[in-house]
Amino acid sequence: MPKFEYAPAPESRAVVTIEEAYGHFVDGAFTAPAETFPTLNPADETVLAQVSQAGSEDVDRAVAAARRAFEGVWGRMSGAERGKYLFRIARILQERAREFAVLETLDNGKPIKETRDVDVPIAAAHFFYHAGWADKLEYAGLSASGADVPRPHGVVGQVIPWNFPLLMLAWKIAPALATGNTVVLKPAETTPLTALLFAEVCQQAGLPAGVVNIVTGDGRTGQALVEHPGVDKIAFTGSTEVGKSIARSIAGTSKKATLELGGKAANIVFDDAPIDQAVEGIVGGIFFNQGQVCCAGSRLLVQENVHDEVVSRLKRRLGTLRVGDPMDKNSDLGAINSKAQLERITSLVEAGVAEGAERWSPECSLPAKGYWFPPTVLTGVSQTHRVATEEIFGPVLSVLTFRTPQEAVAKANNTAYGLSAGVWTEKGSRILWMADHLRAGVVWANTFNRFDPTSPFGGYKESGYGREGGRHGLEAYVTTSASTLTGAAR
Amino acid sequence: MSRLDVRKTYKLYIGGAFPRSESGRSYEVVSASGEFLANASMGSRKDVRDAVVAARGAFGKWSAATAYNRGQVLYRVAEVLEGRRAQFVEEVAAGEGLSARAAGATVDAAIDRVVWYAGWTDKIAQVLGNLNPVAGPFFNVSAPEPTGVVGVLAPQASSLLGLVSVVAPVIATGNTAVVVSSADRPLPAVTFGEVLATSDVPGGVVNIVTARTAEVATWLAAHRDVNAIDLTGVAGAEGVDWAALEAEAAGNLKRVHRPTLRDGVPVEPDWDADPGLGRLRAFVETKTVWHPKGL
Repeated sequence: MPKFEYAPAPESRAVVTIEEAYGHFVDGAFTAPAETFPTLNPADETVLAQVSQAGSEDVDRAVAAARRAFEGVWGRMSGAERGKYLFRIARILQERAREFAVLETLDNGKPIKETRDVDVPIAAAHFFYHAGWADKLEYAGLSASGADVPRPHGVVGQVIPWNFPLLMLAWKIAPALATGNTVVLKPAETTPLTALLFAEVCQQAGLPAGVVNIVTGDGRTGQALVEHPGVDKIAFTGSTEVGKSIARSIAGTSKKATLELGGKAANIVFDDAPIDQAVEGIVGGIFFNQGQVCCAGSRLLVQENVHDEVVSRLKRRLGTLRVGDPMDKNSDLGAINSKAQLERITSLVEAGVAEGAERWSPECSLPAKGYWFPPTVLTGVSQTHRVATEEIFGPVLSVLTFRTPQEAVAKANNTAYGLSAGVWTEKGSRILWMADHLRAGVVWANTFNRFDPTSPFGGYKESGYGREGGRHGLEAYVTTSASTLTGAAR
Repeated sequence: MSRLDVRKTYKLYIGGAFPRSESGRSYEVVSASGEFLANASMGSRKDVRDAVVAARGAFGKWSAATAYNRGQVLYRVAEVLEGRRAQFVEEVAAGEGLSARAAGATVDAAIDRVVWYAGWTDKIAQVLGNLNPVAGPFFNVSAPEPTGVVGVLAPQASSLLGLVSVVAPVIATGNTAVVVSSADRPLPAVTFGEVLATSDVPGGVVNIVTARTAEVATWLAAHRDVNAIDLTGVAGAEGVDWAALEAEAAGNLKRVHRPTLRDGVPVEPDWDADPGLGRLRAFVETKTVWHPKGL
């Protein structure tokens, strides 16, 4: 099939101003940069800016500022007033959407069309949605026994990953603020810039000082925040390994936690599925954001009798994907976020080949500089292969087969994770039967990778606990008299 | 001529059967005033593991049973409890040192609590679930599902009312349970097992191990096929460090229901208070299902 050729359509980076160096955003103002380290554009390895490594004293100051803001202002403010601040933030995010999209693409490496159409608008939508909850919490059905009014915990420590930097910030900050908590947030080491730009949004919105504090740094900063005695609740999105260490570190304390962790989702295609739609869903499921998505459909379970047809149509479709400059509006896949992640993807794929999987990628020329990995399909994968059990977090699809719905369920559930799953079939009763039997927090039927602020997101088993989004997501940020649970929101 | 009464052998309740501990051990159970009551089986690590296997085996059918059916079964438990009221009054009075009248009130409250939870089985999804109005042409619904196998450290002091107050909410939502009874007051738990065995509760849905809490709690908290743990029974349990149990539970990210704390120290909850939704909410997972709308 001839490939459409597109002229370059680069988005301009002139829309955003990046400082040479950034400090932390504490108590409404930026600190002077100190102990800086560079943040790179993963698409070409150029340095975008220097950011500061927060030590325990910086974390102390941020937590203290959040405590003062909670006790002095935010915790006492009426829900209606809190809500109006959130509406302001949502509006400013919309007004400055282009800036955020460009900055996110530069810092993360994901295509501009994704930051423009997904990350930034959904981030704004999260603030809009939660703004409306702020003065309606007593109607949310969160009370233990009918009469208690939900109360905020106080200071929330939030640690977010690099795959959706601004969107994860919105998932964390919007519900925390709507429920009356104050926040200390640590963005990922490799993607701090949109969080620092968000600090400016807080200033423009006139948000009282200390309600949102942002400290940058690596895992040490995150650990200092999680273990800080002044933090009442922790919200973490990241790896299952770190999630377990957080669960251990708060054991025996009164700290609450919600953990959004890894996944190894099965995307299940039955022989009666509309194959072309399913192929689009498979592609979106694993190649969206270069597969660096915790709920990515990384295991394709295809019914045996349509395996060859599905795989051949999938390969044909992959041949039309455009991999390259993330700032180009026509790019479908961008860069891998970091050298370390690229190495992890590379070594896992090599392990898959060594264990007997067959590796295929479409012909595509990758840029010489930057961190790149081609869209990859591994066929002949069996359940015990590492590429079928471990989260790769990259543009790599492992293909397995099944014969019966029962076998599909058994294979889909044969994982320590339980975040998401996909089902493709035209038969309604089978969709509902499958949805009942899949042990996963989100089931996408005849669609995949859909996100909405009203829709709770979160996992079963070792994918963590708690939900984010929707009415259920509020639960983690409030306390009621009978609440004694670690992962309060379920 | 007086008749010698026939005493009961108090055993474990695992997978619908009443085995002795595989360890062959037993321990003396005495009344509140120190008189010998019975020799109870002293459950071991292996007994706990057997109980987890039974609970996992029972999970598929129990979680898939209709909510209406689970409600009927729980109501049947209340009926059978009522029929054995006198026996429970005697055991609770002896173990907890209560007057017959006070023990009677406790047993009545326990029966009523089971009835309360029986009524929740087919309402909880309506209270905790909802449609989500997503910004697009999709049907989107969130509903609670059972978490899986739940380990329960039953309260040490309240040997019947406390016990049913922690077990009923776990099974009402479709979970299965491995229960470690009160260490010093295990007899009502064993008799409660007999009630369950005769109440249409499928074998393995509730498994009861009488044991020294400190000996077996660690194995339950660390077990990789247990999905959640209720630490209520650490209050007043000898030699139990609940922080260490919660840390063990992190190994497979169990959902942890922490003990009630007063000044940082675990205390037994007030079992006469309105139980609220807390325990029902604690052992469910929210599942959200999306489907496109279109012609």
